[in-house]
Amino acid sequence: MEVLSYLIPISLLLGGIGLVAFIYTVRSNQYDDPEGDARRILNNDWDDHPKP
Amino acid sequence: MTAAIRPAISACPACVAAPGAQALAEQALHAKAHIALSLPTIHCSACISTVERTLAAVPGVTSARVNLTLKRATVEAEARVMPDQLVKVLEGAGYEAHELDSGTLSVTQNDRAGRDLLMRMAVSGFAMMNVMLLSVAVWSGATDATRDLFHWVSAAIALPTLAFSGVPFYKSAWSALRARRLNMDVPIVLALGLAVVTSLWETSLSGHHAYFDATVALVFFLLTGRYLDHRTRAIARSAAQELSALEVPRATVLRGEVEVQLPVAELRTGDLVLVRPGGRMPVDGIIAEGRSEIDRSLLTGETVPVFAEPGLAVSAGEVNLTGPLTVRATAVGRDTSLHRMADLVAIAESGRSRYTSLADSAAKLYAPGVHILAALSFAGWYVYSWDMRTALNIAAAVLIITCPCALGLAVPAVTTAASGKLFRRGMLIKDATALERLAQVDTVVFDKTGTLTAGTPEVVNLADHPQRDIAIALALAEGSSHPLSLSLVAAAKAVGIAAAHVTDRVEVPGFGTQGLWQGQTVRLGRASWTGAAPGAETSAWLAIGTEAPRAFTFTDRLRPGAAEAVSRLMQQGIRVLLISGDSGAVVATLAQRLGIPEWQAEALPEQKSARIAALQAEGRHVLMVGDGLNDTAALTTADVSISPASALDAARVASDIVLLGSDLAPIAEALTTAQSATRRIRENFRLATLYNIIAVPVAVVGLATPLVAALAMSLSSITVALNAIRLK
Repeated sequence: MEVLSYLIPISLLLGGIGLVAFIYTVRSNQYDDPEGDARRILNNDWDDHPKP
Repeated sequence: MTAAIRPAISACPACVAAPGAQALAEQALHAKAHIALSLPTIHCSACISTVERTLAAVPGVTSARVNLTLKRATVEAEARVMPDQLVKVLEGAGYEAHELDSGTLSVTQNDRAGRDLLMRMAVSGFAMMNVMLLSVAVWSGATDATRDLFHWVSAAIALPTLAFSGVPFYKSAWSALRARRLNMDVPIVLALGLAVVTSLWETSLSGHHAYFDATVALVFFLLTGRYLDHRTRAIARSAAQELSALEVPRATVLRGEVEVQLPVAELRTGDLVLVRPGGRMPVDGIIAEGRSEIDRSLLTGETVPVFAEPGLAVSAGEVNLTGPLTVRATAVGRDTSLHRMADLVAIAESGRSRYTSLADSAAKLYAPGVHILAALSFAGWYVYSWDMRTALNIAAAVLIITCPCALGLAVPAVTTAASGKLFRRGMLIKDATALERLAQVDTVVFDKTGTLTAGTPEVVNLADHPQRDIAIALALAEGSSHPLSLSLVAAAKAVGIAAAHVTDRVEVPGFGTQGLWQGQTVRLGRASWTGAAPGAETSAWLAIGTEAPRAFTFTDRLRPGAAEAVSRLMQQGIRVLLISGDSGAVVATLAQRLGIPEWQAEALPEQKSARIAALQAEGRHVLMVGDGLNDTAALTTADVSISPASALDAARVASDIVLLGSDLAPIAEALTTAQSATRRIRENFRLATLYNIIAVPVAVVGLATPLVAALAMSLSSITVALNAIRLK
């Protein structure tokens, strides 16, 4: 059962990373235009280098 | 544009002396402009990049970003870039664009409440997943120290989560208790509190059952319901605001000898305001210069334009038809008659809250019931076993099991589905309880002008005239942008008549067009100007030399879908009435054309709302469909109201539902959707009750374990959500 002492902190850590990532996406307005963002992936405009 | 959100800089002394300087000072202060454009036709990824590239290519534009969900583009640019310029550029690229007033929009841009709910929901969701993982281990047989450890870890996750995610419930329960009422949140908070206390107690005594997973799951499901509800309303609100933002409040004013574009909010009484043909009066005032005709239909329902000359009083909201006018403002902004009436509506609006929603009436039954049940089971077990711990555990289990997850989702899940469906058909549900009220409707009252009719005239008696006359009328009409002329030209061209040869054509604003044909003077215009006696119908008269003038009579074109909507409503057994402010003959003709048996003409605004109140007194549930200022009182009196997007702002504010397209046909469909939505809501309540009837005895007897609670809660919530999706 000693394995629990690793696994529990690891699971909590992973959950925490997910949560932090989600909070980041909300804060940076990534849910404002879900439809447009889904279409932008298919756009060839900035394939070679990122938008300045 | 920025003009509306700029603070007034009247602190500078030069501005008072020379008002033109104020505009200059503002431009210097705000070198950057935010421009919002509405793009109703964009739909694909190619549209996004074309629009963005086109906008970015305009000199002075620093950045442009399209939001496809809102069908909107935001542009950052130097102050010299004017929105009309961008609109023209986009139209050149093949996209319809309209300027939006960012002052009106900024209210909705940051949806803080929605983001807050989403964050709380996410935190409780993540916590739920982790606590559930630990709970699964406990359910599948972890014992002793392992179980205690898992319970403690669960507590360490659940407690901070509840402290953060539960805040909306604590606040709402507290405000209800302070007002000495019970709402749905009071039993929720009580259940959360009691469950946490007993679970902590059990864990510290290494007991078997802890409800940390159930409390977190409960908060997650309830927040999901709230977020859905909030989002539905936020979408409706932002779409409604976009409609208002389309009317950019700017006016052209003569200051000194210079024409200045100013936001309407900065106009003062005594200003000389220029109103171009086709423009709407921004102020109440008196005509100082120019002759024209004025369309008052949005304010009074009359379709015949009024002749305008210097000295005539005009009110804000009227539309100038033919010639340019200069108006001296007598009342501006909040003092205009338009605004005063809109304010009256806002006051009347608060009276509508007499309707109790299904959710509220369910809560009224539910909250006391749950409390009594929990208290009884606590007392019963305490008397039976004299054991505080057991009694408290049972009471907590009863509260958790009965907790209104399914009830909390029952209404929002259905209204989200129904509003989404109606939104795709071009209807915007502004009010949360509008669907429920719409479902009860058995009487529909229509306004005429602008609602059943499109407000564009159509020639009726073209065939009665000899071809020579039509050819002359066509030649005269071609030179004018008056709505009657435009319609006459379209009708004459449709039957293949070519214009006669007319020379020396001049348009006399407010009267008509005059010219020379084979040496005779020919006139097309108002009755008095052509030497005829004015009739009751909308008509343009043609005078050829000394011959008796002939009339081209017009009727208002029907709005698309009007006939269909009326006939489908009548088929559904709904009583349909037509009440208009227009004259008797016109209203009677329209009523006959659409097959509406009951009609009333020349109704004043008060008479309209009195008629609706009388219908309500007969026990009828009335839906009012109207668009003008003269309808606003009726719109607020009715049980539920619909206005088309072309309606005045005041009328849209007063109504619960806005029709986004020009088609009226969705109205009949909306009634059916509302009825089936209400049926689904009732079914959901029945499902939730059924589940309680099964689960509560189990909990009261003391057989409920955290596993049973978790299963029951998830199952009922999912059933309710699935039932909502079934909506057709």
